Amino acid sequence: MLTRLVQSEGIWLFTRSPAAMLAAVVTIVIVTGALFAPWIAPTDPYDLSSFSLIDGLLPPAWEEGADPRFLLGTDDQGRDLLSSILYGARLSLGIAAVAMAVALVLGVSLGLAAGYLGGRFDAVVMRIADVQLALPAILTALLIDGISRGILPAALHDDLRLAVITLAIALSLWVNFARTARASVFVERNKDYVSAAIMMGQHPVRIMLRHILPNIVGPLLVIATVDLASAILLEATLSFLGVGLPADSPSLGTLIRIGMQYLLSGEWWILWIPTVFLVVLVVAINLLGDFLRDLFNPSLR
Amino acid sequence: MLTIEHLSVRFRDRFGATMAVEDVSLDVRPAEIHGLVGESGAGKSTIGAAIMGLLPAAGEITAGRMTLGKTDLRTLSPVAAHRMRGKRISMIFQDPQTSLNPLMTIEDQLIETILAHEHLSLDDARRRAVGLLEEIGIANAATRIKAYPHQFSGGMRQRVVIALALCTNPELIIADEPTTALDVAVQAQVLDLIQKLARTRQVGFILITHDIGVIAQVSDRVTVLRGGRVMEQGATRRILGQPEHPYTQALMAAVPPLDRKLENFHLPKVAGETADAADAAQAREAEDWLLSGIGGGGPALDVQNITVRFGGERKGFFAAREEFVALDAVSLGVRPGSVMGLVGESGSGKSTLAKVIAALVQPAEGEMRLDDVPLAPMRSRRRGDASRRLIQMIFQDPYSSLNSRHRVIDVLTEPLWLFGLEKDKRRRERLAKAMLALVGLPAQSLDRYPHQFSGGQRQRIAVARALLSRPGLLICDEPTSALDVSIQAQVLNLLKDLQTRFGLTTIFISHDLAVVRQMSNDIAVLKDGKLVETGPSEAFFAGPKAAYSRDLLAQTPAIRFDKSGT
Repeated sequence: MLTRLVQSEGIWLFTRSPAAMLAAVVTIVIVTGALFAPWIAPTDPYDLSSFSLIDGLLPPAWEEGADPRFLLGTDDQGRDLLSSILYGARLSLGIAAVAMAVALVLGVSLGLAAGYLGGRFDAVVMRIADVQLALPAILTALLIDGISRGILPAALHDDLRLAVITLAIALSLWVNFARTARASVFVERNKDYVSAAIMMGQHPVRIMLRHILPNIVGPLLVIATVDLASAILLEATLSFLGVGLPADSPSLGTLIRIGMQYLLSGEWWILWIPTVFLVVLVVAINLLGDFLRDLFNPSLR
Repeated sequence: MLTIEHLSVRFRDRFGATMAVEDVSLDVRPAEIHGLVGESGAGKSTIGAAIMGLLPAAGEITAGRMTLGKTDLRTLSPVAAHRMRGKRISMIFQDPQTSLNPLMTIEDQLIETILAHEHLSLDDARRRAVGLLEEIGIANAATRIKAYPHQFSGGMRQRVVIALALCTNPELIIADEPTTALDVAVQAQVLDLIQKLARTRQVGFILITHDIGVIAQVSDRVTVLRGGRVMEQGATRRILGQPEHPYTQALMAAVPPLDRKLENFHLPKVAGETADAADAAQAREAEDWLLSGIGGGGPALDVQNITVRFGGERKGFFAAREEFVALDAVSLGVRPGSVMGLVGESGSGKSTLAKVIAALVQPAEGEMRLDDVPLAPMRSRRRGDASRRLIQMIFQDPYSSLNSRHRVIDVLTEPLWLFGLEKDKRRRERLAKAMLALVGLPAQSLDRYPHQFSGGQRQRIAVARALLSRPGLLICDEPTSALDVSIQAQVLNLLKDLQTRFGLTTIFISHDLAVVRQMSNDIAVLKDGKLVETGPSEAFFAGPKAAYSRDLLAQTPAIRFDKSGT
């Protein structure tokens, strides 16, 4: 199994693509950093006793007047920026990954069924998808936020902000999966192995899941990667605009929003370092997605 | 005119370099049609590309000389080579659907090509274009020239492609499988045209094909290639009539003859080919299992007045769809344990009939009976219907009929599990292995994926899958048309052998009359969805009753050189 992987076309092309390798390294470093933030980060930004106002607004280590304890400087509260970013990335990546997974399951099931069954079901699902596409993610988020505010008690609602934002992101991403799955199913459905399965009288659900699904994972994987980057950006946007997470659990978007106040003051790092971090992460994941797309589409090579 | 000496072409990939063409010499004289024949991977198209100077980036010419007239083709600068292509050498491609630009009229395409190579006035170019179309046999050329490619039929389009190749008066034309995408009747016309043009215009042709019938019909001399090497070269009559090289002999033995029925293809072993190591004892197990289930052989099938209509394009928003009648009241009886050959051109409805029987297409009218039990059509045939197991199909394209994400063992054990034929998992796997031996594949194939097999091997796997349902009726839809001729002979041998051993009722669909003759007891001819003629196979080939059948038979290229010696 391992030797097959090493000798595979994908690995071979990967070693020949510097951009993809660099992107992979960056992504792995950031994801591990975020994943192990509680162990790696110098301080815990949630722990009020671990920082003090005296350390506020210190510049990054390479600037004059820096404190070597804070590699990327501190914010106005004296929080270590590196720690905040790692914890923020942990939250952002977590939300994005869960949202993407929800969108994947929802979108692929609907797309698979729409493509395979066709007819009315297909028409209904695809019209819903069209409507969904017409709604900006922020509107969806506001809508879900409003609905949950209306039907849930206030205390519960605050606890559920994480779930609300995740659901909002998932709902604005599932359409991509549904459309891609549906288009791929259209191609696969006409192949003889599907005819053979239908002829034998296999159950439609089994044909969809066991026969067709494994043959369309390629394009779906590409969408998943690219959409992971979109999900991170969406979360950042929503948090930046204040629809997302509260300021006491900072994600990357929240950090950037807080940093905005220092845009024109001398303390540039509070805004710029989280922003650059976000851009690098998203670009790296997108580059990986591009590489995967080229891999699954030989005509683009 | 064209001389190639000791040409070698190498392709590099990540595993190293492979020789695609090795030490090939050939020459083409004016007015001569030189056939390049061989199976896939023989290097035929690579030779064509090397002459044109259009090898893909991974390929390079490592040795040899190529001269056209006095020009050395290998030392040409890219600019000179570009000027020479189209002017002195031009090319005819396989698929006339894609080799013409659908957005340009025929006139524009012809004039564009002429003006790219010659300094003529627009009127002169147009006059030449019209003259060319007349020459290649398009009536009303002056008006038809304004048409777009989609307004021509497939055969007419291939004529236009030929006109495009001719419009700069080249010395050499390379035709790469020019008739493979065409029906027999159209193929015969296009080949006639090529032959006529070679004589009247003194153009040399290189005719690349896998079809020995085409070579026999038009080429003057032939080069037989295998694995990039020349096996045999000489006058067509001599090579096909009295082949000397063992490979050519094997190739000729594998070609199904149109004029008689063989019991079995006698396939001599060629050096370098390994026989399939099938375990006789295991094959025996599968055979016993099949015989115990099938018992007295396949059922009788009777279809009455099957009509299939497909909804066509809507012409206007409120207009009703124009229906297309794919099958028009076709009635057919297949005797138990016999092979019914179904022939016809593309679009004649052969595959549609198969799909109606297999419950993949819903007929508008008609009844089917399997051993006097009514057989429900697609929409009302339940998933658990007994016929789901009894009727099995072998598809045309072995690359799409096996799920490429499933291992062979999963593909083969699925029917056993689905139909509840064997409850025990180990027993299922054991039977799958035995069935592989029966179809002539080694046991270690079980853990591989379909893409690790060749087309012929995949088709064997498809046969094994069909047999593991313990079928009574086997539908073979062009099972060998995607295969090379020697592989075709092996698969036909296998099918014939299994059919007689287990008495399977079989419907064998093919566009190739010679293949159908080898396989079938009875024959049915379809044309435009209607049944033209049906009857015992040998009587049909001795003298078909319907005029259409006679045409079909006459147009099928036959290798009419003596067979007495072999």
